[in-house]
This record gives sequence, C-alpha cells and structure tokens, in this order.
Amino acid sequence: MSNVPADLRYAKSHEWVKLESDGTAIVGITDYAQSALGDITYVQLPKVGATLKAGETFGVVESVKAASDLYAPVAGTVVATNSGLASAPESLNTAPYDGAWMLKLKLANPADVATLLDADAYQKLLG
Amino acid sequence: MSDLQRTPLRDFHAAHGARLVDFAGWEMPVQYRSILEEHKAVRRAAGLFDVSHMGEVDVRGPEAGQFLNHLVTNDVAKLYPGRVLYSPMCYPTGGVVDDLLVYMRGTDDYFLCINAGNIAKDLAWIRGQATRFAVTITDRCADYALLAVQGPRAAEIVQSLTGAKLGLVKYYHFTEGTVAGIHCLISRTGYTGEDGFELYHAAGDAVALAEAILAAGAPRGLELAGLGARDSLRLEAGYPLYGHEITQDISPLTAGLGWTVKLDKGADFIGRDALVAEKQNGAPHTVVFFKTGDRRIVRAETPVLGADGAVVGRVLSGTLTPILNEAIGSALVTTAAAAQPLAVEIRGTKLNLHLVKPPFVALKKASP
Repeated sequence: MSNVPADLRYAKSHEWVKLESDGTAIVGITDYAQSALGDITYVQLPKVGATLKAGETFGVVESVKAASDLYAPVAGTVVATNSGLASAPESLNTAPYDGAWMLKLKLANPADVATLLDADAYQKLLG
Repeated sequence: MSDLQRTPLRDFHAAHGARLVDFAGWEMPVQYRSILEEHKAVRRAAGLFDVSHMGEVDVRGPEAGQFLNHLVTNDVAKLYPGRVLYSPMCYPTGGVVDDLLVYMRGTDDYFLCINAGNIAKDLAWIRGQATRFAVTITDRCADYALLAVQGPRAAEIVQSLTGAKLGLVKYYHFTEGTVAGIHCLISRTGYTGEDGFELYHAAGDAVALAEAILAAGAPRGLELAGLGARDSLRLEAGYPLYGHEITQDISPLTAGLGWTVKLDKGADFIGRDALVAEKQNGAPHTVVFFKTGDRRIVRAETPVLGADGAVVGRVLSGTLTPILNEAIGSALVTTAAAAQPLAVEIRGTKLNLHLVKPPFVALKKASP
C-alpha cells in the first residue's frame, strides 16, 4: 500500500507538489513511483533558473529496471534543486516525501496547484 | 500472471515480500527488498536464490559420455564421478543452443542443468542429436527444485545443516547427502562469482529446505536474493547470460569463452568445423566488457560508437554495480573497433567505455 500524504497535491504522472506559504512549491515523486521504479540509481535535474511549463519534462529518474522522464506538475521557475540526489539517488526509495525532494519552483500561478489531484483522488488513481 | 509456470517456492517468495515478475515464462522473484542491497549481501555474507526454473535432464546409457562429448564444446572425457563441467552446446554454425552444466554421477550416468528459457528447445535438440547413440534422455525438470546459497559465508551456513564434509567438495565438484534432513545433490557451483552451493532436491522439499537455510543463514547475514541481483552479480563476475553474451548468432569464441571450446579434445563435436574456421580466420565481432565511471546505466541494445562516431556495435547487458557504484556492461563490437576508443550516448551525453577484463571486482571464484 503506497503512502499518500494528505497535505500534498499530485499529478497523474506520479509527482507530488507541496505549496509553501511564500508562493513557492516543492516537487518530488510519490511513494508509488519510487516503488514501481525499484532501486533508483541516477537522477538528472534541471539547472536553477530553468522555466518549466506544466507537463514539460524536467529530468530523468533511472532505476536498475528502467529510465523514466519526470514531468513538471505545474508551471514555474526552478529556484533550487536537491543536490544531495546526485550522490545518494537511493534516498528516493526511502524518503520520497522528505529528504528526497527534487525541485523548488517559483510558481507562475500558485492557484495552479489546486487543479492537481488531492490525496483522495490520487489514491483512487492508484486503485 | 496466471499463465506463468511456478516453482514450489512461489508462495514462499510472496510471503517474504518478493516482487514477482514474468521471467522466461516463470513467475519469479526479481527482488525482495532491493536489488542493490541483495547484491551487496551476497558479496558481504550470503544470499539464497530460488533457481528452480532451471531445467534438469538425465543422460544415461553406455554411450552417455561419448554422446555428451559430441553434443558440447568442452571436454566431457575429463570428467570423473563427482565432477561438474561448464560448457556451451553449439549448432553446426558455431552459434550457441544453450550453455549448461554437465554432472558426472557414474560411467553411464550424467545429469545436465540447462537454462529455463531454453528447456523445450534444448530437449528437442538433445533428443534429435541422440538418435545415433545408446543413451536415454529423461526430462527431470518437474522433479527437481534448485536453491543456490552464494557468498563468502555460504559454506559455513550449508555446513551447519549437513553432515557431508563440504571441505572435501572442491569448486565445480559435487556430492550427495542430506541438508536439513532433505536429500540433495550438493554442487559447489554458482552464478555469482562467489563461493557457494547449488542444492538440487525433490520439488516437494523445497519450502522446508528454503526455510531451514533462511533460519540458519539469517543470523550469519544471509538474505533472500532475487533474479535482479543474480543478473547484476553474474555481470560483475563477467559470466555470460544466454540471449545476451551468447546466442545462436554469437559463438563461444566471439564471446570470449575460448577456454570452454576444446577443439583438440579428440572427439568431433557439433559446431567444431565452424569454430575451427572462426579461430583460424578471426571473428568479425567480439564481446567486450566495459565500465563508464558514471552511474547512468548503459542498457542492452544501446548503439556503441567508434572513434569517428560511427556505430560499431551494440550493448548486450548493462547494469549498475553497487560495489563500484558505476555502470558496467558488455557489448558486441567489430573486432577492428575493439582496439579503438569506444563510447555510447545516453540522452545526449557521450560516455566513454573503459574496457575491462572481468571480473569487475576481486573474486575468490573468478571462472567456472
């Protein structure tokens, strides 16, 4: 059973978004995603300053099994990335919602976050 | 996965949290906890693998040895009771039907272990070749289960469950005895590059044997290990996998397995003429092993680029070794290109291939 925290929003492509009070958002991949990928071995993230459209590919996550694209759940500008993932990509398997966040975005429109799935809807998607 | 074949340990795997996948038509555990952690456990202490999907075949009769020496490329005549031999089995073209283990139990009594994905093909091939010989070929696949205990502590773990003197069983030898009270063919072989044992036993005893090994092994660092770790361990050891480094189009000589092809063994064998010609004329392609110094896995079928950027081959196997923390793999490249710089491109990044003579890590057991 996948962990789906109630206070996050979710994209159908299995990224999560946490809206911060300053209008920025943290983005990562869900527990379901890390479990489906298996042992994660490599993460490729965009440079700080990159602007992303909603649905745009922002990077790649690789596991022993396969490489998968990462999609921006909402539009925004990258203001920080989690540099720790380069040397410890396996932390995505153990802490997908905490230590292993991927991006901090300055949102183009903070209201976009409300258009994403809430925890109940994402849980339903997972079945 | 209802159409898949199951080993007697399928429910044991599920109860231990395995992720079960379709492997060559079998529902098998690819991992329990983590492929990388299971890999490290085998190099550090020990792992227990269910490889009951592998096929077993009895070859018996007054011409059994003569027949097998005709069937396979390695020299079966060098066997004696209790000895195991690794060998490719080739087509007349020199391409490989399968690679297998030959066990000699007695003068007229041999036993083969073959790859799960090749069982039907191998049985048809072996029976087709056997017609001129006084031998009986018996499919024993459903009778046997097979557990592999691999790693530096494997001997200590298995010895705690058996009165058989394992110290007297050298690498690539076997004995028969009981392990945890269950009759086993105890074979000091494996596919990880570590010391270890493969235990052939009656399918109905598999759960009891697995439980006993797990109970004896867990306090000594043994972990359940799936086929994911089995594949990364064998690649790190430099062992070929049928369908990757050896195929019906990649001969044992091309694959770097010349030591298993005994052209002068004093018996004609299937594929000999083609392999003699390949040895004399040189092969147009060769299998190389590489590492990259980067964590991005170089996956099978990735094109390999030569010094001028032209495609000179393709990747056969690729993974990440959690021991070296870098990508390793094998590739089939033109023989001319193998002496030149090689590279691959992954998502727009060029990575140079550093050729390595395997094993990639220091092993106690480097070659079968």
